[in-house]
Amino acid sequence: MNTNSIDDTPKMSWWNRLAHPGQFVSWTRPLVWPLAGLTALLFAIGLWFAFFNSPADYQMGDTVRIMYVHVPTAWLSQFVYATMAVSALGTLVWRHPMADVSMKAAAPLGAAFTAMALFTGSMWGRPTWGTFWEWDGRMTSTLILLFIYLGIVALWRAFDDQLRAARVVAIFTLVGAVNVPIIKFSVDWWSTLHQPASVFTAEGPKMPPSLLTPLFVMFFAFTFLFITLQLVAMHTEVRRRRVMTLERRTVRGDAA
Amino acid sequence: MNGFWNVLRRDLRLALAGGGEVLTLVLFFIIVGAMVPFAVGPDKALLARIAPGIVWIAAFLAMLLGLDRLLRPDREDGTLALYRLADTPLAAILAAKVIGHWLTSALPLILASPFLALILGMDGPTLGRTLLSLALGTPALAAFGTFGAAVTVALRRGGLLAPILIAPLSVPVLIFGVGAIAPLGGPDQASAAMLFLAALSLMALALSPFVAALAIVWGEE
Repeated sequence: MNTNSIDDTPKMSWWNRLAHPGQFVSWTRPLVWPLAGLTALLFAIGLWFAFFNSPADYQMGDTVRIMYVHVPTAWLSQFVYATMAVSALGTLVWRHPMADVSMKAAAPLGAAFTAMALFTGSMWGRPTWGTFWEWDGRMTSTLILLFIYLGIVALWRAFDDQLRAARVVAIFTLVGAVNVPIIKFSVDWWSTLHQPASVFTAEGPKMPPSLLTPLFVMFFAFTFLFITLQLVAMHTEVRRRRVMTLERRTVRGDAA
Repeated sequence: MNGFWNVLRRDLRLALAGGGEVLTLVLFFIIVGAMVPFAVGPDKALLARIAPGIVWIAAFLAMLLGLDRLLRPDREDGTLALYRLADTPLAAILAAKVIGHWLTSALPLILASPFLALILGMDGPTLGRTLLSLALGTPALAAFGTFGAAVTVALRRGGLLAPILIAPLSVPVLIFGVGAIAPLGGPDQASAAMLFLAALSLMALALSPFVAALAIVWGEE
């Protein structure tokens, strides 16, 4: 019978549900508020630890607290780029429409986190190293990462047709990905002013737990902040594309 | 292979017949270099010390100047669409473009750099290393430039975007280029930097035609 026809249609696989923009929005929208709440909670705990319940460093004093913002944003500056590179593969290999959207949403977020990492690093460098800026391997490569992010944002905005833009930006994103490992290993290759890795090392963290716990909480707080903002930005982008399609249809005069 | 040579020959003939475009580029290169003493003061010792950096920056800027003319005219008069239909693979045509770009924009700069070296007070051995490092490093810049031009060729207002996109990618070339001339750690470091430059150029030359071809095909679809 006709009434059964809806049940007869094959169930969409999770992959298809992910690929379909409307489906994606409808099943990820309920996630936004819980994620935002979790982010706020993590920030509350992390900032309380960072300001009131962690010791001042014996060398750096209270300025060590800048670390709780600086290290997570620096980590995100690279993590967001990795997200974009994976999305770029999704665009080029599977032509996955949500990969385009994810790549576009992530670029300004990555640029913001990178700028924050550079800014807090500079604020931290002045009292501890005696300089706002040094042309050292890690700082220089992070600055270049910021330029690449801004270039990608500019490239997205320069295209009218977002589908063509996605593929061209994806190619550029993958070419620019060469820079990320250079940043990661820069402190080991050129040991100048920036301190070498002290959290993720082969021998485990080289930090006392009293500093490490708040750092990890802030780590998760910033990462969940990124995930929340990324989802919201993706929803916005899906809607923007929907509006553009509707406008185009209206202009053509066959509005549905 | 015929298509490759035809494109190369066509690009060279256009550059030479185009009414002094090559000459303009060389003039720009020398003027940028000659502006520096006015900006930092005519201190001979200082100028001699920063001369390698000045020569590299001037060469880098001059090579960026030509990017907008690299593929855009071909797209506007429809040549690029014909290239995509040709028997010769698009990557091979773009390889010819990279080589043509190097021959018409980098080679004249290398030939003109002794003049810049002279007015900046560079000594003989340094000039020799400068010429060698430019010769080894500029192919990478030409390859990156072609990639940047390919990424932005579909854009109507992409003129300034290509330099902004490829400048961050070109930083290693600049670092090793200057490092090969004015080594911080002695002659060993200089020859290591020369090898890195050669490696960067070979890698960029090998990969850029394919990546640029992808960018053109996907940008036009």
